[in-house]
Amino acid sequence: MLKFLARRALLALLVMLTVLTISFGLTRLSGDLAISIAGPQATQQDVEMIRKAYGLDRPLPVQFASWVVSAASGDLGRSYLYHEQAATLIKARLPITLTLGLCGLAIALVVAIPLGILAAMREGSLLDRAIMLIAVVGQAMPSFWLGLVLIITFGLQLGWLPVSGNDDWRGYVLPSIVLAFSAIPSLMRLTRSGMVDALASDYIRTARAKGLSRAAIVLKHALRNAAMPVVAISAVQLGFMLSGSIVIESVFALPGVGYLGWESISKNDFPVVQAVVLFLAVIFILLTLLADLLNAALDPRLRAS
Amino acid sequence: MRRFASLRMASAGLGALIVLVVLIAAIFAPLLVPHDPFAQDLNARMVPPVWMTGGGPDHLLGTDQLGRDYLSRLIYGARISMLIGVATVITSGLIGITLGVLGGFFGGRVDDVVMFLITARLSIPLILVALAVVGLVGSSLTVVVMTLGLLLWDRFAVVARTTTMQVRTLDYIAAAWAAGCSRSYILLREVIPNIVHHLVVVATLEMALAILLEAALSFLGLGVPPPLPSWGLMISEAKDYMYFSPWVIMVPGVALFVLVLGINLLGDGLRDMLGATRDA
Repeated sequence: MLKFLARRALLALLVMLTVLTISFGLTRLSGDLAISIAGPQATQQDVEMIRKAYGLDRPLPVQFASWVVSAASGDLGRSYLYHEQAATLIKARLPITLTLGLCGLAIALVVAIPLGILAAMREGSLLDRAIMLIAVVGQAMPSFWLGLVLIITFGLQLGWLPVSGNDDWRGYVLPSIVLAFSAIPSLMRLTRSGMVDALASDYIRTARAKGLSRAAIVLKHALRNAAMPVVAISAVQLGFMLSGSIVIESVFALPGVGYLGWESISKNDFPVVQAVVLFLAVIFILLTLLADLLNAALDPRLRAS
Repeated sequence: MRRFASLRMASAGLGALIVLVVLIAAIFAPLLVPHDPFAQDLNARMVPPVWMTGGGPDHLLGTDQLGRDYLSRLIYGARISMLIGVATVITSGLIGITLGVLGGFFGGRVDDVVMFLITARLSIPLILVALAVVGLVGSSLTVVVMTLGLLLWDRFAVVARTTTMQVRTLDYIAAAWAAGCSRSYILLREVIPNIVHHLVVVATLEMALAILLEAALSFLGLGVPPPLPSWGLMISEAKDYMYFSPWVIMVPGVALFVLVLGINLLGDGLRDMLGATRDA
């Protein structure tokens, strides 16, 4: 177990370094940063001044090293646009993205698990096919378009929910549903295949032979085993949802972390772009680490390998 | 499982039909369009589709906010979606399959490096990084294709790696070694042909994903630049008008949904036919 932990932590650390390099390199893609910051009207003198002021006259490796050192101490740089620390900006917007992600995941689980179980119990039936069709349809739905359609239907025509913003909880309903939509197909498939395997196993036959009720067999015995990978994948899904919420946040005008990232990309606010990429990647790395540890804790066989 | 075999065949056939129709529209677009997709007609702005009041046979799917014929733009948009889908799959397939096969075949250190690359790729926030690259390098069709190709190889690598591991230990590979075949011969002529059916299924999934991502990037204004008629861009340009004329987002949105659904149905059908697994 200790060796597994050490290996896994080392991998996470290496990935973290790679992500640092990528988020640094990303903002250097545009060529000369100083020119981009100065804008089209700037004179050569302005550009030189900015180059000095932002430390862009130093050699790249020095810039990279200082970015890594300050990032490690929690200093992600200052926004050019807001004259505030990028970390402060992210922190202020995190609750919105986190609320969205957790609500989305909750909805996805509540829909996907029962449907997955149902499909597995009637494996090969018309019901199974119908449920799997939902998965295929869900996968094909462009999330930003679904968002717009829901805005028109529930926001405009029925007038039940606000079309944008986060003034109260009702502003989160539609975006959470859209976000959940993207996670439902894979969670449902995983629940179904886990349940199909579990229901075909020897311990279920034993439970049947003992005369246990169908509900007890499905819920207590089969689900407990089938749920393990679903729980672990949920952590990974949450990571995907947090980093994927950028599209939905911009559709519903929710000022979350993703929206911040999009805004800073369109306005050339490089330190914030860098910071948001790094932040979302670190969250994802931690969530996958958590998923792996959960898997290992729940399934002793994984620890050995 | 065999009970609904005909249903499965029907849905796979439907998928193939959808993909074929879009492909034909994409290839023969200049011959099919009733109008120039870029020609603006300010006297005929926001004309509704033919089945709504105010629509007419001249613009079957209506016109957009600049009076451009919606059907013509939709047909040209098929070109962009198919081009993005195919080009991304080729780029990401080359990267992912190479990495996966090498990792699965050689194992050990090589595999450690491949696993590390896959993990690193997965932890990068996909849409954000794609947006940033397009935003910083400048938006063009080529940049979008290259960006998506460089980002979407992970599933190819995972599936190629796992299936190569399964194939590596089989008898015919041992026989090839014993017959004195070279390493590259075994990789190219024995391993890859025996995992290719799994990779075809991955290719359909990735193609669908690439098309959806391009639409999302263009929707956010950092994908294909205007006035190219990308379906995502059409939705983005139309969204200011959707409250009064909902069809302006319905037309390109339904097209996108149907194409992706078609590719997915075809992929599911191929998986059943070729006996591949979904996530290997």
